[in-house]
Amino acid sequence: MSFFNAFLVGGLFCLVGEIILDNTKLTPGHVTSIFTVLGAFLSFIGIYPKLISYGGAGATMMISNFGNLLYQGSYMGFHEEGLLGLIGGVLSKCGVAIVSAVIFAFIFALFFKPKD
Amino acid sequence: MNKDEYQKLVKKLEPKEPKLRKALVAFLVGGLVSFIGEVIATILVTTFGMEKTIAYIWLCVLTIFIASLLTALRFFDNWVSKCGCGLIIPTTGFAHSMTSSALDVKNDGLITGLGSSFFKLAGSVLLYGVISGFFFGVLGVIFYG
Repeated sequence: MSFFNAFLVGGLFCLVGEIILDNTKLTPGHVTSIFTVLGAFLSFIGIYPKLISYGGAGATMMISNFGNLLYQGSYMGFHEEGLLGLIGGVLSKCGVAIVSAVIFAFIFALFFKPKD
Repeated sequence: MNKDEYQKLVKKLEPKEPKLRKALVAFLVGGLVSFIGEVIATILVTTFGMEKTIAYIWLCVLTIFIASLLTALRFFDNWVSKCGCGLIIPTTGFAHSMTSSALDVKNDGLITGLGSSFFKLAGSVLLYGVISGFFFGVLGVIFYG
């Protein structure tokens, strides 16, 4: 059943994104940025953790989970380390995703040839 | 022909995109990506005895690895243009934008190309993500304590 929930939640995220992309003049860059901010907002009002417990990978694999992790890292950082945690904690949870993306992109860019 | 007439003609001749079909494709592809992700996460939990939250983080790394590799092998550009948001909204889109911009500027040199333009496409996600994460974090501390 959790597989079906993941399908539904992930699919709905992408559906909303596609509708925004098709009916406005926004580029994919705009849409992904909007979804990241939206994820932070949904996390702030307490909806995103519920989405994750309902949809599992459908919510954690989306770009909006970046926003969720950034907010959670900042909020929890404050409770662990105070004001410095509020600043430094922003990247504490999301760091894995950002650093792995940087590493893989760099290595593949070095070893593969660009188009043309 | 005046400007209004021209605009009308442009609108008439513009190819009509099948919006419904594209939306359906995005829904199905995005759902399928999540479905496969959930299957992998479940396998990680049952075979390695990971906690679910840790499994989702590994899943994220794995997704980014696969998407970067497929971008470097030049499969992904084609798929993204076909599937639209089905592959852009998942983390695959983030990895794709980073790897493709890195590949594009590779020939301009390691510092002036790769170094300075690495985050050309993915930078907006990072910038607005960090900004919103921080400010909502401040709001969260104010509201929830």
